[in-house]
Amino acid sequence: MMDIKEIVKPENLVYGKSELLIDTIMHYCPGCTHGVVHKLMAELIDEMGLQEKSVGVAPVGCAVFAYNYIDIDWQEAAHGRAPAIATGISRLNPEKFVFTYQGDGDLASIGAGEIIHACNRGENILVVFINNGIYGMTGGQMAPTTLEDMVTSTTPCGRDVDLNGYPLKMTELVAQLPGTSYVTRQSAQTAPAVRKCKRALKKGIRNVLDRKGTSFVEVVSTCNSGWKMSPAKANKWMEENMFPYYPLGDLKDGEKGNPVSNN
Amino acid sequence: MGELRLMKGNEVLAEAVIRCGCDGYFGYPITPQSEIMEKLMERQPWTETGMVVLQAESEVAAINMVYGAAGTGKKVMTSSSSPGVSLMAEGISYIAGAELPCLIVNVQRGGPGLGTIQPSQADYFQSVKGGGHGDYKMLVLAPSSVQEMNDFVDLAFELAFKYRNPAMILTDGAIGQMMEKVELSDYKKRWTEEEVVEKNGSWATTGKPASRQRNVITSLELDSDKMEQNNLRFQAKYRRMEAEEQRYEAIQCDDAEYIFVAYGTSARVCQKAMEIARDKGLKVGLLRPITLFPFPKNIVKELAPKVKGFLSVEMNAGQMVEDIKQAVYETQIYRKVEFFGRMGGIIPSPGEVVDALEQKLIGEEK
Repeated sequence: MMDIKEIVKPENLVYGKSELLIDTIMHYCPGCTHGVVHKLMAELIDEMGLQEKSVGVAPVGCAVFAYNYIDIDWQEAAHGRAPAIATGISRLNPEKFVFTYQGDGDLASIGAGEIIHACNRGENILVVFINNGIYGMTGGQMAPTTLEDMVTSTTPCGRDVDLNGYPLKMTELVAQLPGTSYVTRQSAQTAPAVRKCKRALKKGIRNVLDRKGTSFVEVVSTCNSGWKMSPAKANKWMEENMFPYYPLGDLKDGEKGNPVSNN
Repeated sequence: MGELRLMKGNEVLAEAVIRCGCDGYFGYPITPQSEIMEKLMERQPWTETGMVVLQAESEVAAINMVYGAAGTGKKVMTSSSSPGVSLMAEGISYIAGAELPCLIVNVQRGGPGLGTIQPSQADYFQSVKGGGHGDYKMLVLAPSSVQEMNDFVDLAFELAFKYRNPAMILTDGAIGQMMEKVELSDYKKRWTEEEVVEKNGSWATTGKPASRQRNVITSLELDSDKMEQNNLRFQAKYRRMEAEEQRYEAIQCDDAEYIFVAYGTSARVCQKAMEIARDKGLKVGLLRPITLFPFPKNIVKELAPKVKGFLSVEMNAGQMVEDIKQAVYETQIYRKVEFFGRMGGIIPSPGEVVDALEQKLIGEEK
């Protein structure tokens, strides 16, 4: 038997925490998708050598403290306004890698106007869109993306589409806009899904560096606390209920200026 | 002598913005200030100085574009008129809370609501007392001529960066739309990327090098003790502005028994009213605040013991008059402080200002 001290050596390292991921008190709930996507963004910015070039825009919502986790320059947005802020940063600093990190309440509800117009102008930014179908930070209220009949604190009997309208598919919407070049829907609940999600985010970052217009990566996510489920059960519920309505895959992968998705 | 031109106030402002080395303008059309963005688009400064001009989808987006761009340490601005500035109030509060420098121009029109497109000064309170949520102040400059529409652009940016605070040029539809002779400013070069890092790299999102901590532009602080400290820091900054930046013009105040206090368009009316009053043998002076925040209360306090009273002349229901009363109160001397104004886009005539002076200030003495 080898002694453990002989195995744990720098030359045997196969995986480690990115140096850009800051040691801070984790405020996300166990099982929350934010932690995984934060890690992926930190790894990619690190691996692609973009620390000095990056400016992130944090949203209002659970990810409001995104700037406490990734060691780059950040700007904190008012609720929903991240795409406008990213527009201002990117237009005056075209050599920078600018991205927004937004939840579904932020992006699909109060910020619906800003995201549509930023995507339509083809702002040279990456949009990371975490869709868990609920407002997490304010305590589990209905979001535009909440599924029909889904129970939230403001739809205690389930979402009634006659009263509240229908779950909003933002990703399908922005795929129609000629300003976007890459629009995809991913998830991060299994190791293969995480690897795929990372590849999607990487393509989005590369597109920004290549000035290809707006890249939009939705990550269908869980909110264990808001959904009131264990992490494992939340993942299963997501696969069974969210994926049929929000199907995974690329909706568009092409050039800016094309109004039609390629699928 | 700089370049002399006959130009509209709004267009002069646009020209001054390009010449002062501004890096970006984000705006949304609204009467009576649309010429600012139209002029900028026509001038295409991106081909000349590299300045970015972008028409946003709303005032809400425009002010947030300003927030983003200002966060990178560059000279940026927006312009709007009253209803549009109300929409920007959220963003302005965030900009003040995150301590970012920028310029906001409000070419006022009559309100409330959609109101009218005629000139007004009804946004005085909104401009000098805050406007959005939370305890914050903007530096507010009030031009009363087309020349000052040129001159105050550079001054506003200088003050905004000096205090890392939003600055506002508060004007109205009359100044924005009128044509006058103007001496344009000389061109100043935009800051290079290196200069931006050198001047503002300690706080701006210029990209994190290994040599410094990450810069985070935010107004959020959930720890109340720290948030109170932030507020105390802001308040200390506003007190410093009050101590150092009070600006005004005092016209014929030396021998005056009565003082008109007016800014912008109403100051022009008072200039004429003062001449009429002097022709009648009334010793009247004009105090024209140039900074509305900080309000030039030191000169009011200096004049108070020497005069019989003040008449605040405004194009609103009486807003600045409260700041004059406050200044007089601080002298612990009683002096009459009266108000005359017109609303809804009406500019008072010099004759009715003189009538108000005689009825409200002088009349009661007889």
